[in-house]
Amino acid sequence: MTMQMAMFGYFGAAIVISALFVVYFRNPIYSVMSLLTMFMHIAGLYVILEAEFLAGVQLLVYAGAILVLYLFVVMLLNVQSRGRFIQKQTPVVIGLGILGVIEVAVLIFHTRFYPELPAIPHPGVPTLGNTETIGMVLYTQYLFPFEIASLVLLIALVGAIVLAKGKLKFR
Amino acid sequence: MVPLSWYVTLSSTLFLIGLVGVLVRRNIVIVLLCVEIMLNAVNINFVAFSKYQHVIDAQIFVFFVITVAAAEVAVGLGIIIALFRLRETINIDEFNILKL
Repeated sequence: MTMQMAMFGYFGAAIVISALFVVYFRNPIYSVMSLLTMFMHIAGLYVILEAEFLAGVQLLVYAGAILVLYLFVVMLLNVQSRGRFIQKQTPVVIGLGILGVIEVAVLIFHTRFYPELPAIPHPGVPTLGNTETIGMVLYTQYLFPFEIASLVLLIALVGAIVLAKGKLKFR
Repeated sequence: MVPLSWYVTLSSTLFLIGLVGVLVRRNIVIVLLCVEIMLNAVNINFVAFSKYQHVIDAQIFVFFVITVAAAEVAVGLGIIIALFRLRETINIDEFNILKL
């Protein structure tokens, strides 16, 4: 039981429990707050996986931007979810869930996982940090997808404004 | 050293929670939150494999997944606000005007 396993245990348990709370809570604001906890612990998991840049992006984009957007919408609509917790489709969902759990358990049990590959030694070359490596690859090899991503964000920006504005008067 | 199978187990558990949440909840905001849970499960898998195989490309994919998730949230919440203005409800079961 190493230190890293203990960290994984803490972060994994917190992630699973807060994800269960997201599904369980009736009040949408509690659900959004549980999702915030989940995002923060996922960022911690990224740190122990040595992906520090993604941990920062996770905190900034998910916990900082997306969650605030959700909170705005939940408070703007201010609709308490009435209605019963057990709906007519709940037995089907439970059956599907059990089926999925069995399927995933069988898959994981029968998979032979590779051990961690040893790092390739580069004599004389100073190893780059995580952020530098991502920058090098993102702006050379993945430059075209990067530009497509900016286009996607632009379209989402325009689309969100058009959808949320309601009746547009074209004159 | 944490085995890779632990990460795969964690991410599949998270994915199943998100899947059941999408199917069981009727509040459309919670359904979008559960979609976010599923996206994050996939991201954990990507980052774990990136660490264990020493491939940085998986982390670039996660970056793009986060970008697409941000776009999805912006458009999705816009649609929810438009729907709420139209029907005064956020229960998915009542959005059935496309049904025959």
